[in-house]
Amino acid sequence: MIGSLDTAVLQQIWWILAATVGSLFLFLTFVQGGQTLLWQVARNDTEKSLVINSLGRKWELTFTTLVLFGGALFAAFPKFYATSFGGAYWVWILILFTFIVQAVSYEFRKKPNNLLGARVYEIFLFINGSVGILLIGAAVGTFFTGSNFTLNQFNQVTWTHPLRGLEAAFSLFNLSLGLFLVFNARVLGSMYLLNNIDFALAPEMEMRLRRSCLISLVCALPFLLYVLASLLLMQGFSFDENGVVSLVSGKYLANLLAMPAVLILLLTGLVLVVWGVILTAFLGGFRGIWFGGLGTVLVGLAVFFTAGFNNTPFYPSKADLQSSLSIFNASSSHYTLTAMTYVALVIPLVLAYIAYVWYLMDGRKIGAEDISDTKAY
Amino acid sequence: MGEIDLALVNWSRAQFALTAMYHWLFVPLTLGLSFLCAFFETIYVKTGNEEWKHLTKFWMTLFGINFAIGVATGIILEFEFGTNWSNYSWMVGDIFGAPLAVEGIVAFFLEATFFAVMFFGWDRVSKGFHLFSTWMVAVGSNLSALWILVANGWMQYPTGMAFNPDTVRFEMQNFWEVLFSPVAIAKFTHTTSTSFLVAVMFVFAVSSYYLIKRRHVEMAKRSILVASVFGLISFVYAGLTGDESAYNNARIQPMKLAAYEGLYEGKRGADLVAFGVMNPDKTVGDGQDPFLVEVAIPKGLSLLGKRQFDAFIPGVNDLVYGNVEENIVGYDQKIERGKQAIADLSAYKDAKKAGDAGAAEIALAQFKENQEFLGFGYLQKPEDGIPPVQTSYYSFHIMVYLAVFFGLLCLAYLIYGIKDTIEEKRWLLPFGVISFFLAMIASQAGWIVAEVGRQPWAIQNMLPVGVATSNLAAGNVMTTFWMFAILFTLLLLAEIKIMLNQIKKGPEGA
Repeated sequence: MIGSLDTAVLQQIWWILAATVGSLFLFLTFVQGGQTLLWQVARNDTEKSLVINSLGRKWELTFTTLVLFGGALFAAFPKFYATSFGGAYWVWILILFTFIVQAVSYEFRKKPNNLLGARVYEIFLFINGSVGILLIGAAVGTFFTGSNFTLNQFNQVTWTHPLRGLEAAFSLFNLSLGLFLVFNARVLGSMYLLNNIDFALAPEMEMRLRRSCLISLVCALPFLLYVLASLLLMQGFSFDENGVVSLVSGKYLANLLAMPAVLILLLTGLVLVVWGVILTAFLGGFRGIWFGGLGTVLVGLAVFFTAGFNNTPFYPSKADLQSSLSIFNASSSHYTLTAMTYVALVIPLVLAYIAYVWYLMDGRKIGAEDISDTKAY
Repeated sequence: MGEIDLALVNWSRAQFALTAMYHWLFVPLTLGLSFLCAFFETIYVKTGNEEWKHLTKFWMTLFGINFAIGVATGIILEFEFGTNWSNYSWMVGDIFGAPLAVEGIVAFFLEATFFAVMFFGWDRVSKGFHLFSTWMVAVGSNLSALWILVANGWMQYPTGMAFNPDTVRFEMQNFWEVLFSPVAIAKFTHTTSTSFLVAVMFVFAVSSYYLIKRRHVEMAKRSILVASVFGLISFVYAGLTGDESAYNNARIQPMKLAAYEGLYEGKRGADLVAFGVMNPDKTVGDGQDPFLVEVAIPKGLSLLGKRQFDAFIPGVNDLVYGNVEENIVGYDQKIERGKQAIADLSAYKDAKKAGDAGAAEIALAQFKENQEFLGFGYLQKPEDGIPPVQTSYYSFHIMVYLAVFFGLLCLAYLIYGIKDTIEEKRWLLPFGVISFFLAMIASQAGWIVAEVGRQPWAIQNMLPVGVATSNLAAGNVMTTFWMFAILFTLLLLAEIKIMLNQIKKGPEGA
């Protein structure tokens, strides 16, 4: 059945799937946001333990989603995987480093004899939540601002900038997107912690979290507005029916107008995030995370769809326009996309058991007994 | 495709070896200990005996410490194909990417989701659901191994695909052939069964230490009993799948077999070297005896490789320089034909670019004649196709000797465990303590055989490592090599300290 679909349809399905995984990752960065809030909202050991144990039950989900994002891009768009990872070497290596140190920190932080001391593991968590997310944002920013590479006739990449990807972080647009993601993660992190922790032991932390949710949004806004304004005004990359890439004024604005559904996703997403913050900061609500989370996913989808649909190369090259990658020239073969689409049919099942387990485990909030248990982080 | 930068290739190899070997310090324990925890907890649920619950929680604590660092060292491997082997990723991504994505979808989420229940769900979910979660962590970990080993198996035996000259890459033609290739199956079964053995040796080591110290005696004896049954079954299975791997090597990677057996001159009824010291000065084609000392089993290698006493097993010399009698084409000829294939492919691409359909068709037809030797065209000389023979030979033999030791140890622990006299066998317990370190060595040695033994190929006969790397200055990779070396060593030291501390504390701390 799936095998009879056109390659172009499969390529679009896989861009939607990759975008969904990427957007879910952005939602799950509430873990990273929570990590950067640790020092700000938790003033004593009990409060710290509550935060760490709450995040510690979710960090792997975020981590795994990032790994799946990489795996899905490798399987569906191998030319992008090869070009971006092999080309923008340093930006990816540094991102990975921040996730490597994150992965041990929850388990090792509180264990006696842990070589580096609890504080170093907390610094690792902070680096992951700040530098890691900032660089991911900068890397995603290059979907719009372009990168410095050329491909030869054997599709081998040559990176033309000596910083090998790190130069992405020196563009105001990419940097703003990165900072927006960092602050958005903090918005989500505060909302998640409010939803997940029993504040009987730490009544003051509740107020601090509500405040930091609002402050984080206020910090995120200028970067968001800059990114949105630039996106609407900037020149964008476009390809014609022969695949020839050119720079077009107002390209991304045109994309949003040509795909009103994407514009609706973007606006609905932003409204939901803001509503989540209002609910959290002013109305004493505990469910802001669901609005903030869903909103973030919708904004994420809008960003990926604007970057990849409507004849737009999602990984454009500034150095050589014709080397730019689109979902049509960077994808796997029809056979592989078909096989992978069959595999993707299990995704609803995966989401269902994750949701079910999440529901079971979060039925009771994180409280005193969870931080005194010998298994506690 | 440009000049090959040897420093870059070697640093890239070194980095991959470093990160993979570090990762492999933790993975076997995850694969095996997850099942052992599931066994322990099943006994607890069946018997309702709280002591089994304490025992389960103790091993789970150690499992958790190990799991975290396994995850940390694993993420880099998923992305390293892209960062350091981007030409590889492009050329085979159409096939190789799929198992990695499937691994993410079907395995990693099982592990990640149920891991949280296994650790924090004791009083949040029902007893039955908790047990189910523990089993799901074991199944998820091993499913993840399945997919990555399918990917690795495909590198050793590229099947179910075809080269597409238009996209200049290999493309998948049959997913099932990739998944069920005999090499993939043998890789998965041999790797998991030997990993179970590593975990069994871990349980032996910790439990034997307790028995020597006369602490937590009951828990240690119970753990040993369950582990020794699992160990013995795994040992038999590891033996059978190891034999299957050698049989596959003889058909598919004869150079690897020749290397790890130290066989330079092929022959009918080839002997199997049971024990031997290799001549360090030996080089291919120099006529020297490869062994200084050797004890061989007559015709053993022919039996192992081809399951016939008189079958011909080619040696390194036959494979490099050819053997007309046995109908073996040497690397020298394959390189010639490979270079022709590369030239024809370039001509095809040029003609296509120039819009000359006639010339393109001719070039393509010529290319197809030599297409199967494409990878050989990137080798400079026939000798470049030889893997490090001595490294392969010693790794293989160390692995086999240690495997025999593990089998005997499992048997002894099972017998004395059933008789309930293990505590009194003071002479035996130190062997139990060191068994885990030996198991680590054996497990790493196994991967050295598998990976060093197939050099210089990233994809067997199709793509040598020299053209698989990213287009980077070697200095970048050298820098990241040291970054990983320092970071992973620090994390390993932290892990060991935490682990030892936890073991000293015993089940009370779990």
